[in-house]
Amino acid sequence: MSIFVDKNTKLLVQGITGREGQFHTRQCVEYGTRVVAGVTPGKGGQKMDDVPVFNSVKAAVQATGANASMIFVPPPFAADAIMEAADGGVDLIVAITEGIPVMDMMKVKNYLQGKPVRLIGPNCPGIITPGACKIGIMPGPIHKPGGPIGVVSRSGTLTYEVVHQLTLQGIGQTTCIGIGGDPVNGTNFIDCLAAFQDDPETEGIVMVGEIGGNAEEEACEFITAQVSKPVVGFIAGLTAPPGRRMGHAGAIISGGSGTAQAKIEAMSAAGIHVCENLGTLGKMCAGIFKA
Amino acid sequence: MKIHEYQAKELFRKYNIPVPGGGVAFSAAEARQAAENLGSLPVVVKAQIHAGGRGKGGGVKLAQSLDEAQYLADTIIGMNLVTHQTGPAGQPVKKVLVEQGLDIAKELYLSIIPDRATAQHVIMASEAGGMDIEEVAAKTPEKIIKVSVDPLAGLQPYHCREAAFGLNLPPAAVKPFMQLLSGLFKLFVDYDCSLVEINPLVLTADDQVLALDAKVTFDDNALYRHKDILEMRDIDEEDPLEVEASRFNLNYINLDGNVGNMVNGAGLAMATMDIIKLAGAEPANFLDVGGGASAEMVENGFRIILSDPNVKGILINIFGGILRCDVLAEGVVQAAQKVGLNVSVVVRMEGTNVEKGRQILAESGLNLTTAVDLADAAGKVARMVA
Repeated sequence: MSIFVDKNTKLLVQGITGREGQFHTRQCVEYGTRVVAGVTPGKGGQKMDDVPVFNSVKAAVQATGANASMIFVPPPFAADAIMEAADGGVDLIVAITEGIPVMDMMKVKNYLQGKPVRLIGPNCPGIITPGACKIGIMPGPIHKPGGPIGVVSRSGTLTYEVVHQLTLQGIGQTTCIGIGGDPVNGTNFIDCLAAFQDDPETEGIVMVGEIGGNAEEEACEFITAQVSKPVVGFIAGLTAPPGRRMGHAGAIISGGSGTAQAKIEAMSAAGIHVCENLGTLGKMCAGIFKA
Repeated sequence: MKIHEYQAKELFRKYNIPVPGGGVAFSAAEARQAAENLGSLPVVVKAQIHAGGRGKGGGVKLAQSLDEAQYLADTIIGMNLVTHQTGPAGQPVKKVLVEQGLDIAKELYLSIIPDRATAQHVIMASEAGGMDIEEVAAKTPEKIIKVSVDPLAGLQPYHCREAAFGLNLPPAAVKPFMQLLSGLFKLFVDYDCSLVEINPLVLTADDQVLALDAKVTFDDNALYRHKDILEMRDIDEEDPLEVEASRFNLNYINLDGNVGNMVNGAGLAMATMDIIKLAGAEPANFLDVGGGASAEMVENGFRIILSDPNVKGILINIFGGILRCDVLAEGVVQAAQKVGLNVSVVVRMEGTNVEKGRQILAESGLNLTTAVDLADAAGKVARMVA
């Protein structure tokens, strides 16, 4: 078992003919993901490798039965692409694009409300169920199939670091999700925690947060109330200065809120095993999840 | 991106948001001329820097005569203004805004921000104007009115009424306030602002409402569609190394420590800073070279880190995914050969093509220390600078 994606996921790629789109589509295909269609307006009828390209999401879904979309469309056009996917009939949208204006994402978030579709991202590495389906830009080989740990994170390479340490300890993953570093995103920590809690094969969860906003604090409240599986937590940004944007648009401490310290305290209070030294996260997980 | 008060007020005028008459001056003589142009006394001379807290720091003064305006401008321009937002180093003042003095009956607070958690725009208003709003929020939260606006439907008249009546405005001021708020909201949306703030918004003795101060910041991700705002950028207000880094699309923030670091990915970069501190040293910067860094970007990142005189050691932490370790290693070797290495460098690489990357570093003849994992890397670099 896994959450959100598995070997039955049929993927279409919006922006498949661009440089990034081509490269990562090939990586996903190589990993074993069923990539059934691509969408680039004006290039319908062409092919990218063996993947048929369509002018619209709707046409691609009708012709191929795709049920998920991965988006590599550049920032000025990304909001449009997400809304097109939502109305085009897919169940899952994974928006990799980094740098979408906040105003655009606020519209998108409200537009998606009530529609039967899940958005992961934007500005995220994507989602992978090791050995079954990779939708995103994460390096496939660092993952270990078969579970039993679920990973959810706001970051990209930091997630790879965490997954790599788990794999080195012989701990496999059910599903790993990067929810993205932007201030306004689709799927949040709570959505993923709830899904991991309900997934019978997931026995424990690693949650990786960072400074900015209060998503981690809200997740901690949810964990206290609803999650019975053990959770290991890590927060990046203890040394970040206030008021500065640390790379991710969402990573900014403002007005005394969003600090790493506050998040770590919330995690401890929720009974989460807080890892304070990233260098020892794998070993710590081995101690907790293998016990 | 931030802009100055005088620039924000230019935008306000464009959106029919009433502001006091005024003019920007780069010298004492210009300040005198600006005061004379206003045609009335007193005038207020206000230092123009990006940081807040200017009044408390001595950067805002009232002048009763043209001579005094000139004298005050002369003392303020060139001063190093220290506020709670500039840090102890302060910020040199290069220009002042000279504005007409007003007959103030009451000071209010008004701002609009995008609320990340609810994906709604939030108007915040308070009768407790002129004070630090964070303090008001902490001590007397009941004094802050919050009105949420759906970004798809936009601002409705009832939103403005809710704010106006919540502020207990005199009847004659309600309509002007509503016009001001709708102009402010339009500006906020049109320009992709991450904050518009008027503190204080003043109510005059004759029931006018005016923006006495103006703070506007913009979403960096949306600047591509606001070329006029990009022209307002003032690099005098930014750290020179950060300006240099931005030319190469590098995410760099200068900090106070002595261990430079270069990392791919923002989250991993923050975690790397944290582990440097845990190992007993202090990070000198944040630097995310991004997922698709080229050899040129790596080289420029290296050069920028090395131009910080506090840097005594460097930790390179790369988790190769899309960015392959061999590409990075070649970039580091090229950079080190071009720039020259006078500090110790610890390299920790993992992920795609890591063996090839390690081989390139080992064969380079450079004095690089390799690390097996993150904990090892942080320990090694901390010992080197101790």
